Amino acid sequence: MNFTLSEEQEMLKKIARDFLIDKCPKTLVREMVADEKGYSPEVWREMARLGWVGLAFPEKYGGNGMSFLDLAVLLEEMGRACLPSPFFSTVVLGGLPILEAGSEEQKQQYLPRIGSGETIFTLALTETSARYDAASINVKAMADKETYVISGTKLFVPDAHIADYLLCVARTNEAAATENGITLFIVDARSQGIKSTVLRTIAGDKLCEVVFDRVRVPGKNILGRLDGGWSVISRVIEQAAVAKCCEMVGSMQQVLEMTVAYAKERKQFDRHIGSFQAIQHYCANMATDVDGSRFTTYQAAWMLSEGLPCAKEVAIAKAWAGEAYSRVSTLAHQVHGAIGCTIDHDLQFYTKQGKAAALTFGDGDFYREIVAQKMGL
Amino acid sequence: MDFKFTEEQERFRQEVRNFLEEELKQGSFQPSCDAWIQGYSPEFTKKVAHRGWIGLTWPKAYGGQGRSNIDRLILTEEMLRCGAPAACHWFADRQIGRSIIAFGTEEQKQELLPRILRGEAYVGLGMSEPEAGSDLASLQTRATADGDDYIIDGQKMWTSCARFMTDIYLVARTDPAAPKQRGISEFVIRANLPGITITPTIDITGSEAWAEVFFDGVRVSKNYLVGEKNRGFYQILNQLDYERAGLERLMGNYPLFDAIVQFARETKRNGRPLAEDTLVRHKLAQLQIEFEVGRLLIYRVVLVMDEGRAPNWEAAMAKVYSTAFEQHLANMAIEILGLYGQLVAGSKWVPVAGMASHSYLASKGYSLQAGTSEILRNIVALRGLGLPES
Ligand SMILES: Cc1cc2nc3c(=O)[nH]c(=O)nc-3n(C[C@H](O)[C@H](O)[C@H](O)COP(=O)(O)OP(=O)(O)OC[C@H]3O[C@@H](n4cnc5c(N)ncnc54)[C@H](O)[C@@H]3O)c2cc1C
Repeated sequence: MNFTLSEEQEMLKKIARDFLIDKCPKTLVREMVADEKGYSPEVWREMARLGWVGLAFPEKYGGNGMSFLDLAVLLEEMGRACLPSPFFSTVVLGGLPILEAGSEEQKQQYLPRIGSGETIFTLALTETSARYDAASINVKAMADKETYVISGTKLFVPDAHIADYLLCVARTNEAAATENGITLFIVDARSQGIKSTVLRTIAGDKLCEVVFDRVRVPGKNILGRLDGGWSVISRVIEQAAVAKCCEMVGSMQQVLEMTVAYAKERKQFDRHIGSFQAIQHYCANMATDVDGSRFTTYQAAWMLSEGLPCAKEVAIAKAWAGEAYSRVSTLAHQVHGAIGCTIDHDLQFYTKQGKAAALTFGDGDFYREIVAQKMGL
Repeated sequence: MDFKFTEEQERFRQEVRNFLEEELKQGSFQPSCDAWIQGYSPEFTKKVAHRGWIGLTWPKAYGGQGRSNIDRLILTEEMLRCGAPAACHWFADRQIGRSIIAFGTEEQKQELLPRILRGEAYVGLGMSEPEAGSDLASLQTRATADGDDYIIDGQKMWTSCARFMTDIYLVARTDPAAPKQRGISEFVIRANLPGITITPTIDITGSEAWAEVFFDGVRVSKNYLVGEKNRGFYQILNQLDYERAGLERLMGNYPLFDAIVQFARETKRNGRPLAEDTLVRHKLAQLQIEFEVGRLLIYRVVLVMDEGRAPNWEAAMAKVYSTAFEQHLANMAIEILGLYGQLVAGSKWVPVAGMASHSYLASKGYSLQAGTSEILRNIVALRGLGLPES
């Protein structure tokens, strides 16, 4: 039992922190909310050059051969910095599934280019039902000789507007049980019949509607087994949920630190507001929520990293972090007073991202149900 | 980072489990809530002592096992999981032994430690007084030097387990002229000395949870003063960290948690098991989530101890969190039971052995004992986050 990072992980964390302080100031974050692309290609290239994008891929695919836990450390710092980037989509939603389920040829073809930052991936999973269960997959892929023809609408697809490839989750067999007729396709985003529209979101995340209108995909672009895609996707959802938790932990930690710093500096009634007990207790409550989120998140990340089954731990981490974040934001605003509610203050980025992160890849109710099942209820 | 126990630790857990299962099978105890603080069973304590499980973390030189705090965590986790009656040794094992080892004289160690290890010293904690609750340093019980002795006069209250204690850990004022924190000393004395009167106090559940302990000219040898005279308040601080750090803050009512989950599985309403009702499922799942968060917060405290650091704000944080969980558990359990939730142990129709109503009432005190949640949040804010003193 040991809750501390290794020396190498501490180093990675420090390098990431320093890099992001330098390259991702809040001016950039602010700019990117309004930016059409929503990220800085220049920072993205530098991240790739630092080896972050291929961090978790084996060396033979041009990666660094590091673990999910190392990735977790990096994601935490990205969350702390509110980094706008296609990292999550490309690595967590694209690279990791290919690494897990791809053929040798697919891995050779895609992973090195992902790692080098040339290729942006994303995952087209959720549809209008906005749920993360197999029954919600209604986009269809019909076999037609050597190819498949995909039709239907995907919703809340991150970064589809800039992606080179979409991993599309489609139903290939309507006769089979809900979870058994689903297949994953690697779809070239420039294929004819794809139309992406960026939605307007609370945090400025570039989530898209992606309409597939008879999009033709070669059969060799199936990722994993025909009709066997859901087990891959279940795993992706777990990893993505934990990855979101890592970002949230970083963000919450930053919110806590900003709030404590403000409480030590702001004076009213001739004293620092941090000397008022009500404020102290708010801060203590925030710290407890941050630490609780941190430990449950890293527990899940560690288990994923070790390849251990951890559906329950993932569920606990995501249910807790999402709701803890909401409490942390509320208290942070309370301590900051009105200034924290302005569009010019940094706190607003975190408040918005926290809400978006809580919703994505399963909210509290979604995971409470999983925990209930794991309890044998 | 590593979130699992070693094989050796797992083996130890299994050993403890086997022992407890055997005891349960033999009917030597019934799982009950609050059993770590109220479960009086000298026989059980003897058996635990016999296995070397009291003083597990103490140095071998003093008869302990020199094992890690993680091992003790495993031991207590299993004890609490089945609501084992461990009150006769809990305080002594948790904090008094450590305190004597840290500050006591060789003579004190030779006298007290073997008795604790044999499971024969049931030490009560004599700290709080009518006018000294959170502000412990304002205590007024006096220990006045008289030749080779001290004469103790005053009153303690809220002394848990007083009805069966053999020894009292006592904090008393030894220098009335000094600033209040600087005139306090610690003693460990026998509970049956002439001049000591113990009057029970009945708690909200109806049980004799505490006593008022009166000291009227009680004469004790100077040899019973622990550590440095007038430095007692500073010596205690560490002990308080240990007092509040453990899993008993999270798992004191674990038997209720088990029972309510079982109840939801087995009870049908309108022909359907309660466990299939989404509201009930989610309440129980939420409790499980909160429980796991608390476990990790407490594990962290123990890891800090095994690093050789004193857990301070970490322990405070874990206790505030955990006692709130216990209160939430009791409240949720009653909600799930509905009207039945008000029935008490022994009543016709009572569900879950009356543990829900008991815990609901008993848990009101959890956020007060061993440091109120407000005091503990102060500690997190001031020492953990470095906010300025008010
Ligand atoms: C079940 C139980 C078992 C106990 N067992 C023992 C025992 O074995 N031995 C023993 O010595 N004592 C024991 N106690 C007593 C316990 O230590 C005291 O109850 C505790 O220290 C609080 O003191 P008080 O009850 O006098 O409350 P007070 O100190 O009067 O507090 C009342 C309220 O004021 C708040 N408050 C006080 N000071 C501050 C502050 N600075 N900032 C913010 N809020 C403040 C408190 O948080 C609380 O909400 C036990 C108590 C309980 C409930």
